[in-house]
Amino acid sequence: MTTATQTPPVVAPAAPAVTRAVRPIPMTRLAKVELRKMFDTRAGFWLMASVGIVAVLATAAVILWAPDSSIDQETFSSAIGFPLSVILPIIGLLSVTSEYSQRTGLTTYTLVPWRGRVITAKMLVTLAIGVASMFLALAVGAVGNLIGSAITGLDPVWNVTVEEFAQIVLANVLGMLIGFTLGVLMRSSAAAIVGYFVYSLVLPAALGALAAFQEWFRDLQPWVDVNYATTRLFDSSMTTEYWQQLGVTTLVWLWIPLAIGLRAVLRAEVK
Amino acid sequence: MISVESLTKQYGRFTAVDNVSFTAATGRVTGFLGPNGAGKSTTMRIMVGLTRPSSGRVTITGRDYRELVNPGLEVGVLLDASAQHAGRTGREILTIAAQTMGLPRTRVTETLARVGLTESEAERRVRNYSLGMRQRLGIATALIGDPQVLILDEPANGLDPAGIRWMRDLLRGFANDGGTVLLSSHLLHEIEVIADDLVVIGQGRIVAQGSKSELLAAAGTLVRTIDVDRLARALHEASVVTSPIDGGLRADADPRLVGEVAHRAGIVLRELRAADGAGLEEMFLELTAETAREGAAA
Repeated sequence: MTTATQTPPVVAPAAPAVTRAVRPIPMTRLAKVELRKMFDTRAGFWLMASVGIVAVLATAAVILWAPDSSIDQETFSSAIGFPLSVILPIIGLLSVTSEYSQRTGLTTYTLVPWRGRVITAKMLVTLAIGVASMFLALAVGAVGNLIGSAITGLDPVWNVTVEEFAQIVLANVLGMLIGFTLGVLMRSSAAAIVGYFVYSLVLPAALGALAAFQEWFRDLQPWVDVNYATTRLFDSSMTTEYWQQLGVTTLVWLWIPLAIGLRAVLRAEVK
Repeated sequence: MISVESLTKQYGRFTAVDNVSFTAATGRVTGFLGPNGAGKSTTMRIMVGLTRPSSGRVTITGRDYRELVNPGLEVGVLLDASAQHAGRTGREILTIAAQTMGLPRTRVTETLARVGLTESEAERRVRNYSLGMRQRLGIATALIGDPQVLILDEPANGLDPAGIRWMRDLLRGFANDGGTVLLSSHLLHEIEVIADDLVVIGQGRIVAQGSKSELLAAAGTLVRTIDVDRLARALHEASVVTSPIDGGLRADADPRLVGEVAHRAGIVLRELRAADGAGLEEMFLELTAETAREGAAA
């Protein structure tokens, strides 16, 4: 039919009788699904529950064993904060690697073939969990502080400022992002967890030793050692130089590897 | 309709999928048949965007998979029934899929019933599932969005005979309602009872494709005799192409012609019949012989 005069009604050959309006998948729905996936296995549930459990245990330990003079909010915060800073990055990395280790990515990325959106949803949920955990820790610590002070009979000491709390939240968010980065780079739960412990335990020890024995490295360490630069968020008032050092170290150890990892996730074959 | 156009996938110097083109038509069940490692799964992963092709493309109802708005509602996919989180219950896995697609909860219960998983089975964790139950759950995930197209990789694996029959009826009904089904298998018998069309692949290349009846007709005649060599010569003189099988020949001609040739040559036949399913199997083995691991067995 080459003539334009003939205009038969257009019949799509394979069109179904009822064409459904298919709507795109909104990001809020993806985030809800990702949040659900963090809780819906026994392992996942207890990992998430461990945030609360650890907070309560650490608080109880402070009340039981800390000397009366150090019963204050800061003691509780640090006692809860340390174990959390280990758990949160692991939550971050598992949210990515479980798709690969358990091979659920086959379904996830088939239902949502735009992997960037899935990863974005995971990252949003991870960070939301991180921030929520910090507020939970703050609340548990406050209750601990009240109970502890009641036992010692002293007035409760509220010595964590908003600024300090914000810094602690930032430090934990950075930690979670490091976990997330290891997740997207390794895409295997075991490898990423090993990587995380190398990153958070072996690396600082090695760099610390280097700084202790090599004079030339001593002034350099804050510009190289990301753990060193991040830890200062917990216990120092940050100077401009400290912030710069944090920026430089996280650029090298976090932001660039994260970008490489995200690119790899988007391109890698899912098997 | 699924349309695969000149698809090639290379891993370094290894070519897993080599210039593969075929179509899975609407309203038909297309069987994708090939020995293990022939490139079936790689082709299917490329279809749904999990693997990038080196060249070529796949369109599903005219569109690239990534152009689909909500793929689960348009294409049902089962690539590996074992690729599920072992710690989730069957119901939970289906709920996640339904939620991702934006479907109501009621669909989960309906679909579980549709694939024959009981309420109590649905509450068990997938680590306690048999392969057959995992397949049913995987098929449920593929069906829940009520798609027009199904892409299933080895869906009959692990199903018992009753399960295979159930699958056949399900896919038959799906195709009769205007759906498109592509399913792969390395077992001819399995695919023979389910598929209308066959695409046979070996070492990444398409070695045969067509409707099942065409391929059955092309399978020719099976003839058995004590004097195979003489019959082969006689058929050769009559311009009939033959290939040896156990105790006889497969001839690319109808049984009548083969019978006449044997009669004229005075050769006693023990068996003479149109190559049916068994012939297709011969063909499958033959077509894939040079490419299969088992090598020159045929």
